[in-house]
Amino acid sequence: MAGERKKRILIAKPGLDGHDRGAKVVARALRNAGMEVIYAGLHQTPLQIVNTAVDEDVEAIGLSILSGAHKTIFPKVMSLLKQKGISDILVFGGGTIPKKDWGILKSIGVGEIFPPGSDTREIAAYLYKVL
Amino acid sequence: MKKSKDIDEMIQQLFAGNRRAASRLITRVENETEDHHEIMKKIYPRTGQATIVGITGSGGAGKSTLTDHLIQKFREQGKTVGVIVVDPSSPFSGGALLGDRIRLQRHFLDDGVYIRSLASRGCLGGLSSATYNVIRILEAMGMDIIIVETLGAGQDEIDIIHIANTCILVATPGMGDDIQAMKAGIMEIADIIALNKSDLEGANRSLRQLQTALSVASLEEGQWAPRVIPTVSIGSRPEDLKGIDELASAITEHQEYLHTTRSIDKVKFERVEEELGLVFKDELQRLIFKGLRGTGKKRKYINSIIEGKNDPYSVVEEILNTYLIRKKKK
Amino acid sequence: MNNPDYMEAKKYGEDISLDEELYRNLSGFHIKSLYGPEDIPKFDYGTDLGLPGEYPFTRGIYRTMYRGKPWTIRQLGSLGSPSEANRRIRQLIQMGSTGVSICLDMPTIMGRDSDDPMSEGEVGSCGGVAIDSLEDMRNLLEGLPLDEISINFVSNSQSPVILAMFVAVAGEQGIPLAKLNGTMQNDILKEYQAQKSYYFPPRPSMRLTIDTLRFCSENMPLFNPISISGYHLASAGATPVQELAFTLANGFTYIEEGIKAGLSVDSFAPRLSFFFKAHNDFFENIAKFRAARRIWSRTIREKYKAEDPRSWRFRVHTQTSGSSLAAQEPENNIMRVTIQALSAVLAGTQSLHTNAFDEAFSIPTPRSEKLALRAQQIIARESGVINTVDPLGGSYYIEALTNEMESVSYEYFREIENLGGVISAIEKGFYQSAIADSAFKYQEEIEKKKRIVVGLNEFVTDEEMDIELREPDPEFEKQKVADLTALKKNRDLNVVKTCLSEVRQVIQGSDNVMPVLIKAVKSRVTLGEIINVMRDIFGEFREESIY
Ligand SMILES: Nc1nc2c(ncn2[C@@H]2O[C@H](COP(=O)(O)OP(=O)(O)OP(=O)(O)O)[C@@H](O)[C@H]2O)c(=O)[nH]1
Ligand SMILES: [Mg+2]
Repeated sequence: MAGERKKRILIAKPGLDGHDRGAKVVARALRNAGMEVIYAGLHQTPLQIVNTAVDEDVEAIGLSILSGAHKTIFPKVMSLLKQKGISDILVFGGGTIPKKDWGILKSIGVGEIFPPGSDTREIAAYLYKVL
Repeated sequence: MKKSKDIDEMIQQLFAGNRRAASRLITRVENETEDHHEIMKKIYPRTGQATIVGITGSGGAGKSTLTDHLIQKFREQGKTVGVIVVDPSSPFSGGALLGDRIRLQRHFLDDGVYIRSLASRGCLGGLSSATYNVIRILEAMGMDIIIVETLGAGQDEIDIIHIANTCILVATPGMGDDIQAMKAGIMEIADIIALNKSDLEGANRSLRQLQTALSVASLEEGQWAPRVIPTVSIGSRPEDLKGIDELASAITEHQEYLHTTRSIDKVKFERVEEELGLVFKDELQRLIFKGLRGTGKKRKYINSIIEGKNDPYSVVEEILNTYLIRKKKK
Repeated sequence: MNNPDYMEAKKYGEDISLDEELYRNLSGFHIKSLYGPEDIPKFDYGTDLGLPGEYPFTRGIYRTMYRGKPWTIRQLGSLGSPSEANRRIRQLIQMGSTGVSICLDMPTIMGRDSDDPMSEGEVGSCGGVAIDSLEDMRNLLEGLPLDEISINFVSNSQSPVILAMFVAVAGEQGIPLAKLNGTMQNDILKEYQAQKSYYFPPRPSMRLTIDTLRFCSENMPLFNPISISGYHLASAGATPVQELAFTLANGFTYIEEGIKAGLSVDSFAPRLSFFFKAHNDFFENIAKFRAARRIWSRTIREKYKAEDPRSWRFRVHTQTSGSSLAAQEPENNIMRVTIQALSAVLAGTQSLHTNAFDEAFSIPTPRSEKLALRAQQIIARESGVINTVDPLGGSYYIEALTNEMESVSYEYFREIENLGGVISAIEKGFYQSAIADSAFKYQEEIEKKKRIVVGLNEFVTDEEMDIELREPDPEFEKQKVADLTALKKNRDLNVVKTCLSEVRQVIQGSDNVMPVLIKAVKSRVTLGEIINVMRDIFGEFREESIY
């Protein structure tokens, strides 16, 4: 076991909506892919998410957003991370996020977006690749 | 591999209560990186003073919801609280789903509370030496109270008693048979038993069973008598909750008992004894496997065991003899 | 067909397929290659089916079904501002809709006013209407013939307040309560199980539900106070048989709670209605509805001793499956919706919403919405399937599947009972984990190609539509907040205070909350203000941690 480095990932659902099917499916899939997944649950504010990410020393934060609030939430999370001087936590997203917004999100540092219908194996492979 | 200077800086930040430094150091000791010895050596002098509260019990008993209330109580007393929640890793993938934080949400924005989820990483039901080290880090961070939530089904798997100053067993109504099974060892497990979900049917019966189980155990003069506290840890209104204050004061009383009777010395002794054993085991194994590396001997030994020509005990004896003796000769 | 092997297999109803795994329906039942009399050995027409319109209603709840009265075509009509939604509803009525569903925006769903800090950026979200005060309800319903069309409020935790507003506006328009038609979703149990838009813990929420139930049963005989919804369970991942069993168990729970509250079962059971999803598996879907009718009628009659035959009827609204729609080659969704809609009709639904093909990913265009509506009209007017009642009744396959759905449901009922009933099972996380398990299994099947979605994991091309959202309009939000601020300024604060303290008092006691709510909304107390008082007293629910 010595020296083994486990991937630690935070999966959270920000905003008011409660559709957590996708978040839960991804959390399980990543667990099955050998990662340690911290599931923070529903209705998380950006500050709660970032605090959790710090305490849990995760390498990545996955946010599932289906309410259309991605353009408010991602920037808030990114700027809170910056404020805390954190540049080595990857932020990625899933849910109903139009392709036309991907550019904006990526330009503020969001790593990758996985739309509905994504293969969970691709998400795991992506994380193993970039982390 | 971090430079030693970076590590020193992180450790200084840890001493100053910096949570990011704490979480990164925790990751390092959890992963048992090359430098984790160095880290532990450096922080060790700043540890040993916190009150460690163990909360154990079977899955879904209400450990996390009780933890949530206890955090609140300790915060009201002005104490800082570190929380470690250990959940099992999947034996198939080695991954884990850690979801206990959901119950602890209201403390996410409190600077005086640090919460860390740990996966058991193959250490079934018990605590790895890494967990012991993580607790030390939270102590070095300056946490007054450290709550450790672990899953425990029977007394054998409950390692937490070795480190906790105060150990709370969370039971639930309708565990009649379990209680029978625990009867003998119940005293060793718990200083306090929280009979949680006392709002449910059968609570009174379970309460009586537990009390009977405790009353038959023989106590020495002045020894702490474990007590059962019925609790209800969820409720729509504050007045639906039950036993939380009692639980918090029982912890305080137990602490006072430990200190006035100097039993705390015994607790500390046991903790270090356990720790020493674990470190010893880990290090010895590491050292020996390191010595065997590249010689092909390990594979040979294993194969000889599989082929029925040998057994693990003989192999270990043989290795220890040759290896330790050779060492001595040098 | 003289192949001896085939004849042999047919005789014994054995499986002649090569790969059993491929022939499973969404509930995971293994489907045989052929069904015959041996698959329904104890079949008895009188007790298992009966005539349409007669106990146990397996073939349908009305004698003449669609020949007597076509199903209600009920499309969604809502959009950001109340007045916009009002315009949209009028359009739908003009196009031939006989009922409309009204969705609320996320803040309203979560019991927050538009000016609440938590609402920022979400006012008018998800294409829902923002309802803060009576003013909004007035604008929403202005000029609509409330006694003619049936309005379905997709409202849950906040239902008592929405109902109070609806009642108040109807009063202003001079329409007697007794003539109000329509439905309130008001199904709190499925919120904890699947949809997760709850705020209070389950037990106090149930009390509010029972208050609305009592109010409606006393004053609004034509209104459906609860629409017990399997749709959301299915959307969260429940299999069809889970949808069936969990929804019915929820229905029984409302019945029991109503009885516990002193209502006679026949005073409210006839007004309970249901909401199902029409998923992809055609026959499985049909069997689900048939089993539901049979289980419901038997249980309501035999266990809960309802005597009024109307209490025995399982009335159901259906929506085609949003979660089955794909962004890849989106026009394929038109076919999916049509097949699902046809199965709902063959299953005997009372009303139907067909999804626009781009609805799951985009803002439906007037064209895509019209196509969705047309699918229903074509089924109704061209296909001929409505000419006879329950054309599939007696099919070996359908009846065997109906029986299997029924018996698995009873297994679930027992499991839930062993957990201490539905509310206990919620508190123990039973549903959350069962549904998450099914959702995960479904995802795995798709990834392993055990289940095919054309265009997604088979026959893949690169034609894919982008997601487009009804973005909350910041200008609209600003305006809404400004209007609300103005409203809050122009009220008699003393009256507001009195109303809220009356609400508090009633909530703490056990009287029906509806009368004080109606008074409060008339005095321009807002939805968020009322919910906050309730939150204060009831506390908030937190979701199960492990699944
Ligand atoms: N009826 C009742 N239910 C409770 C009580 N306390 C906790 N629960 C419920 O029990 C379930 C488990 O609670 P947790 O606090 O997550 O239990 P846990 O022991 O931490 O669970 P694991 O970490 O999964 O082993 C939740 O659904 C709680 O709502 C109680 O006093 N009464
Ligand atoms: Mg827990």
